[in-house]
Amino acid sequence: MFAYIVRRVLATIPVMAIVALFVFSLLYIAPGDPAAVIAGDQATPADVERIRASLGLDRPYLIRFGEWVWRILQGDLGTSIFTNLPVTRMIAQRIEPTLSLMVVTLGLAIAIAVPLGVIAAWKSGSWIDRLVMVFSVLNFSVPVFVVGYLLAYYFALQLDWFPVQGYTPISEGVGRWLQNLVLPAVALGGGYTALIARITRATMLEVLQQDYIRTARAKGAGQRTVLFLHALKNAAVPIVTVIGIGVALLIGGAVVTESVFAIPGLGRLTVDAILRRDYPVIQGVILLFSFAYVLVNLLIDLSYTLFDPRIRY
Amino acid sequence: MERRSFLKLAAGAGGFAATAGGLAAPALAQGAAARTLRFVPQANLANFDPIWGTQYVVRNAAMMVWDTLYGVNSQLQPKRQMVESEEVSDDGLVWTFKLRPGLKFHDGEPVLAKDAVASLNRWAVRDPMGQMIRGIQNELVAVDDRTFRWSLKKPYPKMLLALAKNNSPCSFVMPERIAKTDPFKQIEEHVGSGPLRFKRDQWVPGAQAVFERFDGYVPREEPADWMAGGKRVLVDRVEWKIMPDAATASAALQSGEIDWWETPLPDLVPVLRNDRRIKVDIADPLGNIGSFRMNHLFPPFDNVKARRAILMAASQEDYMRAIVGSDENLFKLLPSFFTPDTPLYTEEGGDILKGERRMDAAKKLLAEAGYKGEPITVLVAQDMAITKAQGDVTADLLKRLGMNLDFVATDWGTVGARRASKEPPGKGGWHIFHTWHAGADCINPASYTAIRANGDQAWFGWPKNEEIEAARDEWFAAPDLPGEKAAVSKMNKLAMDYGMWLPTGFFLSYQAWRSNITGIVKAPIPFVWNVAKA
Repeated sequence: MFAYIVRRVLATIPVMAIVALFVFSLLYIAPGDPAAVIAGDQATPADVERIRASLGLDRPYLIRFGEWVWRILQGDLGTSIFTNLPVTRMIAQRIEPTLSLMVVTLGLAIAIAVPLGVIAAWKSGSWIDRLVMVFSVLNFSVPVFVVGYLLAYYFALQLDWFPVQGYTPISEGVGRWLQNLVLPAVALGGGYTALIARITRATMLEVLQQDYIRTARAKGAGQRTVLFLHALKNAAVPIVTVIGIGVALLIGGAVVTESVFAIPGLGRLTVDAILRRDYPVIQGVILLFSFAYVLVNLLIDLSYTLFDPRIRY
Repeated sequence: MERRSFLKLAAGAGGFAATAGGLAAPALAQGAAARTLRFVPQANLANFDPIWGTQYVVRNAAMMVWDTLYGVNSQLQPKRQMVESEEVSDDGLVWTFKLRPGLKFHDGEPVLAKDAVASLNRWAVRDPMGQMIRGIQNELVAVDDRTFRWSLKKPYPKMLLALAKNNSPCSFVMPERIAKTDPFKQIEEHVGSGPLRFKRDQWVPGAQAVFERFDGYVPREEPADWMAGGKRVLVDRVEWKIMPDAATASAALQSGEIDWWETPLPDLVPVLRNDRRIKVDIADPLGNIGSFRMNHLFPPFDNVKARRAILMAASQEDYMRAIVGSDENLFKLLPSFFTPDTPLYTEEGGDILKGERRMDAAKKLLAEAGYKGEPITVLVAQDMAITKAQGDVTADLLKRLGMNLDFVATDWGTVGARRASKEPPGKGGWHIFHTWHAGADCINPASYTAIRANGDQAWFGWPKNEEIEAARDEWFAAPDLPGEKAAVSKMNKLAMDYGMWLPTGFFLSYQAWRSNITGIVKAPIPFVWNVAKA
C-alpha cells in the first residue's frame, strides 16, 4: 500500500509538469495583453509598450518559461502582475471560502443524495422512486446561477433567513460561517446531489439483485441492515468514484456560485485573473486545482480498499 | 417564534451556537456597522497605484488616500487643495507654490515640498498634460520645506488645471521615497496624506478594499465641492465590496448588506426605485460619450469619405437605446466630440450627425471611397455591456450599408491588445472597435487623448490631421474662456469634417444608495467626504 501511494504521488510529478507546460503555453499564445488593461483606456500605445517591457512580457517564451519553472521548483508561484501581491498570498486569502463551500456542498450533497438513491432503489418503480428521479432531472437541468438567484430572492430577500451574499470566516463563528454558506451550497450542490443520487440508485438496483442480498434477507436481516450494511457497502465503489469525479464539477460550479453570492474564493480569483490576463495568478491557480484533483483521485482510489477488501495495491 | 430566533436555536441544536455566539451580529458589531460605509464600486480594485494603472476605479480609490495640490470643483474650476498659495511670474515662466501648514502623511511624517516635487516628476511622465509641461520645463525644485518652484521655457496657462484635473492620472502627492518609483512600475507602499488611509493588510483584490478615516487629516475650511474644499469624513471606515454580479449587488442593497452602489444596471433600476428604503439618482452629471473608433491606416477608413459615410448613416439613438434602454433621461444625441452642458460645449460641424440618417448618400460615399466589399473587422468586447451593445448596433449598420462584416466577438482583454496592432485587419489588425470616454475627460482637449490627430503618436486608429492638432494648441494657449471656446469650436468642426471617429451619443448612469445615507453628490467620482450614515 505504502509503495503504491509513493508511486502515485511520484506519478503526479509528470502530470503536473504537463499541466504546467500546457497552461504556460496556452496563456502565451492566447490573445490579450495585461499591459493594455493596466494602462487603461486612455493610454497611448507607447505607454502600453513601456508597461509591457517593465513587466518583462516582451521577452522570449523560453526565458519566461524557464524562469517560471525555476521559481515554482523553489515554491514560488510568482507575483500578480496587477496587485503586485505574491500569488501564494492571493491563493491563501481565497482558499478558505472555496474549501468551505466545497466541503459544505459535498457534505450536504452526500447526506441528501445517498439516502435518496438508496430509497429510490429500494422502492424502485414506486412514486417515491419517480419523485427522486424528477428531483434529479430538475437539479441537473436548472443552471446553478438560476437556482442561486431564486434561493437568494426567496430565502434572503423575502424571508430574510440568510444573507444575500458574502462570506464569514469560520474563525468568526461557525454559525455565521454556515449561515453564509447554506444558500451557495444548496445552489452548487443541486446537480452534484442529482448525480450521486442517480448513481446510488443504479448501483443499488444492481446490488439488490445479488444472491448475497437474498441470503441476508433469508437470514432474517432487517431492511435497514440489508440496505445500508450489505447493499450500500458493496455499491460504494462506483458511488465514491462519482463523488471524486464530481469534485471537478464542484470546482467549475464554484466559479459561478462565487460570483452569484459574491464569495471571495478561488473561482472568482480565476475568472478575474483570466479577464485581466494576470498570467502568474492563472498559472498558480490552475496548478493548484490540478494538484487538488490528482490528490482527490488518489484518495478515492485508496478508499476503495475500505469498501472492497478484495482490492489490494 | 421569530425566524432569527428559530435559526439561532437550530444552529445551537447543531452544536454551533456555543462557538458562534449565535447567528445575530453582536451589538458591538452592529455599532461598527453603523460607522462603516459599505460601497460597491464600478469594478474591482485590482491594483493600487494611480500613476502606474490609470483605470477610473483606481483613481476613485486613490482620491481617498492621496490628496492633490489642487482639485476641480463642480464648476470645473481648479481650486487650491494642499496648496496654500501660488505665484506666477509676469512672463508666466515661473510658478511658485506654497503648501498648507500641518499636512501629514498617514505614517505621521509631514508633507514637504520635496514630496510634491518627486510626485509631480513621476506623474508628469505618464500624464498628457504633465508630458507637455515636462517638454517645456527648465526645472522643478523644492525651495524650502513648504515651497517648490516650477520654471518653464514657455508659458503654460493651463498649469492649475493640469494640477487640479480629475482625469486619470491625477497629480496625487506621495512621500518622496514612494514617488521615486519608476512610473512604469507599481508602488509597494500606499502612504498618502488624504482623508482616509488604505488598509493594505485587509485588501483582498477581487473581494474587498478597506479604508479607515485618517484622524491626522486637516481639511480646508471651505465647504467640500467635488475634489475641492473641506474633505470631512463622517464615517470611521469605508469598505469597498466587489460584486461582479449586478443582480447580487441589487439584492444586497435591498437587504441592507451594502449602503451604496456606484453603477446599478439600468434594467435593475425600476426594482430599486420601487423600494422605499433606496434612493436612485444620476451618478455622474458629466456622463460618458460612446465611441465608434475607426482605423485610419487601412482602407476603406483611410479615406475620409468612408469615415464620413459612417457618420452620415449611423443613428445615435439606436446606439443609446441599446446601451441604456428606454429611459430617455439617460441619454442625449450628441453632434459633438465634447461633453454637453459644459462651458466649452460646441456643435460646430456636427450637422452630419443630426436629422434623418442618409443611407443612400452614405452608400454613395462608400463607393466613392473605393469600397468594394472587403471584410470589415469589428472588434466587439462581449464581456462589457456597453461595448457589446454598440457592437450589435454597428453590425446592423454595416450590413444595411452593404458592407461585408467580420464580427470578432471577444473579450475586453483581447480588444485592448488587438487594437494596438497596426497590422492589416486581415492579419491581426482591425477596422473598428468600440469603447466609451468619461464625459469628465471630454470637457476640454487637456486629457482628451481620443481627440488627438498626431498620427503614430495618436490614440488607437492613429488619425493624422495637422489642423486639428493646431486647433488643440490654440486651446492650450488661449488665455480666456472666449479664446478657449473658439479653439474648441474649430477643433470640433475640423474633427467632424475629417470623420475622426463617431461619437455614438452621450449617456448617463444611475447610482443607488440606502435612504439612511446622506451627503452623496452627483460627481464623476464617488466622493465619500460629507457622506454620513444614520
